[in-house]
Parts: sequence; C-alpha cells; structure tokens
Amino acid sequence: MENLNLKLKIWRQSSPNDKGAFVSYDVSGLNTHMSFLEMLDVLNEKLVVTGDDPVAFDHDCREGICGMCSMVINGKPHGPQKGTTTCQLHMRHFKDGDTVTIEPWRAKPFPVLKDLIVDRSSFDRIIQSGGYISVNTGSAPDGNSLPISKEIAEDAFDAAACIGCGACVAACKNASASLFVSAKVSQLSLLPQGQPEREERVKNMVSKMDEEGFGHCTNTGACEAECPKEISLEYIRKLNWEYHRSNIKG
Amino acid sequence: MKTYFTSTIFRKTIASLSGVFLVLFLLGHLLGNLQLFISGEAGQKQFNEYAFFMTTNPVVKILSLVTYTSIILHIALTFYLTIQSKNARPVKYAVSSGTSNSSWASNNMAVLGTFLLIFLVIHLKSFWYEMHFGSVEMDLWGNKDLHSVTVTAFHELWYVLIYLVSMIALGFHLKHGLESAFQTLGVRTRKYSSAITNLTTGLVLLIPIIFASIPIFIYIKNI
Ligand code: HEM
Ligand code: SF4
Ligand code: FES
Repeated sequence: MENLNLKLKIWRQSSPNDKGAFVSYDVSGLNTHMSFLEMLDVLNEKLVVTGDDPVAFDHDCREGICGMCSMVINGKPHGPQKGTTTCQLHMRHFKDGDTVTIEPWRAKPFPVLKDLIVDRSSFDRIIQSGGYISVNTGSAPDGNSLPISKEIAEDAFDAAACIGCGACVAACKNASASLFVSAKVSQLSLLPQGQPEREERVKNMVSKMDEEGFGHCTNTGACEAECPKEISLEYIRKLNWEYHRSNIKG
Repeated sequence: MKTYFTSTIFRKTIASLSGVFLVLFLLGHLLGNLQLFISGEAGQKQFNEYAFFMTTNPVVKILSLVTYTSIILHIALTFYLTIQSKNARPVKYAVSSGTSNSSWASNNMAVLGTFLLIFLVIHLKSFWYEMHFGSVEMDLWGNKDLHSVTVTAFHELWYVLIYLVSMIALGFHLKHGLESAFQTLGVRTRKYSSAITNLTTGLVLLIPIIFASIPIFIYIKNI
C-alpha cells in the first residue's frame, strides 16, 4: 500500500533531568517503501514547519552498520523485524491505522540525553577497558603467515559482526550487557592476535561491565532474539568459560 | 581476584551450582519417596526404617548439610542478583515485549522461586520439623512413625492441592533453571545443545510428575 497513516506515541524528554512523557502524533500519507527513520523524518519536517521541537533520535549510516539508530518500537528494540536495525526496517511491516509506541533504550547505564537519544558511552568504556592487542604497527603482515582454521575464523568473524548498538541491553529484562561483552571478548580471544592480553582483557571488560551497572545474565535469550546482527548466545557461554579460566590462571 | 568473587558471573555460577546440586538432591529424595507406594504394614515398616537411616547415617548427615547450604546460597545469591538487575532498569518500558523473545519461565524465575520457598517452609514444617523436633509416635518396630504422619497429611485435599500446584511451579523453575545452568557453567556448546534440551525436558517432566503422583496416590487410596 502506498498511503499509510499511523498514530505515533513517542517518548519526549527535553533533557537528562526532565521527567519526560509520551506525546501522540498522527502521520499520514507515508510511503510503504520508506524506512522507519524516513518516517520519523517526515514527522520532524512537519514539526519544524509548525515551530515544534523535532524528535531527537540517533542515526548515522542508515545502512545497518553503525549501530546508532536505537529505539524500542512497540516493545521491541529495532522494531518487529528479526535481524534488522531500525534504519533498515521498512514501513511495509506496519498496517494502516496502527498505533506505534516509540521509546528510548531503558537501562541505568544508558541515561536518556534527549527524547530517543541515550548516552551509550558506558559501552565505549567497556571497550576501552579491554585495552590494546600487541601487534606492531607498520606494514600489514602477509595474510598467509598466520594460519587460522576456517571454523575459528568464522566464529571470530560472527562475533565481530556486533555493531555495539545496545539492543541486547534494551531487550534484556536485567539490562545485561553480556551479549555485547561476550561478542567483543570472543572476537579477540579466538584469534592469535588476541592471545598476549587474553586473560587481562576478559577480566577487565567484565569488571567494567559490572561497574557500569549493567544487570546479570539469566539466559532468557531475549538479547539473541532481538540482536540486529543475530549474535549467538554461544558467545555468552564462551564468556563465562573464558572468565573463569582467566581468573583461575591468575 | 577480589573482583572475581564479587562479579555477577561468579555469583551466578555459584547460584547455578547450588541449583544443580538441589536437582541432584531432588532425584535422591524422589527415589527414596517411591517407597511410599508400598502398601500395608510392610510399606510402613520400610519407610520408617528408611527415615531413621536418613536422620542418623553420618554420610547422609554431611549430604544434608550440603543441601541446607545449597538452599541458603541459592536463595541468597539469586535474590541479590535479581534485585541488582532490577536496579539496572529504573524506568520500565511502556510496551513490554513479553514472551515474544523469551520464555515465560525465564521471565518469572524469581516469582516461581519465591513460590517454591513458601512451599519449602510448609513442607519442612510438616515433615522435617516434626521428625526432628516434633512429637512423632513410635511404630510397632520402635522407629518414629513418619509414614503415618505423611499418609495422614495427604488425606486432606487442600494439602494435596498445595503439592500439585507447587510441583507445577517446580517444573517451570527447572525448565528454565536447568537449561540455564548448563549455559552458565559453560557446557551448553552447540554440539551438546540439543542433547541438553532433551535431557532437561525429560527431567523437568519426570521429577514433578512422579513427586506429584505420591500425594495423589495416597489421597485416592483413602477415599
Ligand atoms: C527445589 C528447589 C530448587 C531448585 C532445584 C532450583 C534450581 C535452580 C536452577 C538449576 C537454577 C538455574 C541457575 C542458572 O541459571 O544458572 C535456578 C535459578 C533460580 N532460582 Fe532456583 N531452585 C530451587 C529453589 C529456589 C528457591 C526457593 C528460590 C527463591 C526463593 C529460587 C530462586 C531462583 C531464581 C531467582 C533463579 C534465577 C537466577 C538467575 O538466573 O540468576 N530457586 N534455580
Ligand atoms: S550483541 Fe547485537 S544487540 Fe548487542 S550490541 Fe552487539 S549487535 Fe547490538
Ligand atoms: S543508522 Fe547506522 S545502523 Fe542504523
């Protein structure tokens, strides 16, 4: 259908300290080929014309690789479509007359800055706590000089698909960052380049994750179901193992 | 090392080890209780002798200490972690994703666990407390007659119903709990994932159903 009309209920919050509330908007004449973010652009153009404050939301690449476009759509991070970021979600997944509720990620370590934008620097601090890998700078080594089995390479590559969007935290009833941390830890611990700092890395990243105030993992699987990159729970299993191993080794 | 012991992963691992020990305890407890299916005086004699053995044997005494410790650790740690994680989301969502991305049991472990705790208090008061500190009469063979205490208790319909509902709660708690424990302990690899699902489904059906059949059997025999 070419002409879609929606009723939006959007979380509006002018600043981190503002209480915030839902505000309803009607948008009409939407094209089903639009992405969800383009739909919000249409709303914002309307709001600018009437002199209202446009809805603030994060976005950058709009092609599913940067992980910026965080929002919970009808209770689901990145909306109803599996393995899809909000920017890649098309309006054909909605029906004419639908009410769509849009909320920011909800977690103590992701405080709301404005409307749908949250501060995800807690993720950056977890990454920073992981430190460096001991690889000399200079010209890149010859690809064939580091033999890595196909399975391990693929396993590490699947973990590296994580775009750090935070949907796993948003989806989890405990606001746990385990899926994100497990992907970041596994990506390096599986590969030869990650070995020299392997133990320190996992220990530091897990303490940082706890310190930032994320919840614990109860293996509900909501993160895996909502992750736009479909990162597997297998990495959380690996993380648990990796964490015990590194602490026992000392 | 200090951050290791205070980490969510370590605490969760202890909660899961204690949970797994409690499942092993349940299996043993279940096997012993099967003796309640033996009818007549033979059943009474055998069950009371078994109860005497279970309260006096030194090996069993050590095992029961591990069981008490497991219960306390399990409740304390899961309680602590649950509260901590509740605090990680101070503002709730207006629309909840419900069971669209995760199982009902996995979202209600604390409620199910609290239910089990209430059951545990009732259950321990009726039998464990009576056996250890109550005034249980002697049977013909000179043992405390726990058999009669048990059988009399299950002549009450409301008491049987408490057990049935509690066994359903146990089933759901274990359905998520056991599978989750394998994941927490790091053994649920891709290779074993479906075997673990089959094993837990089997245990989770068998344990509560056989447990529940005991009060039902005793109640029906009496009417
Ligand atoms: C018959 C007794 C019980 C058994 C066999 C049992 C078993 C288990 C197992 C195996 C787990 C999974 C641990 C994991 O995910 O790694 C678990 C989780 C849990 N149990 Fe129990 N449990 C019992 C009683 C209780 C009681 C009495 C409570 C609370 C008062 C309780 C509260 C919880 C909670 C809240 C969780 C989820 C914790 C988490 O995922 O972090 N359980 N239980
Ligand atoms: S694990 Fe998935 S949901 Fe979590 S941050 Fe990475 S890509 Fe996003
Ligand atoms: S805007 Fe970059 S992933 Fe959506």
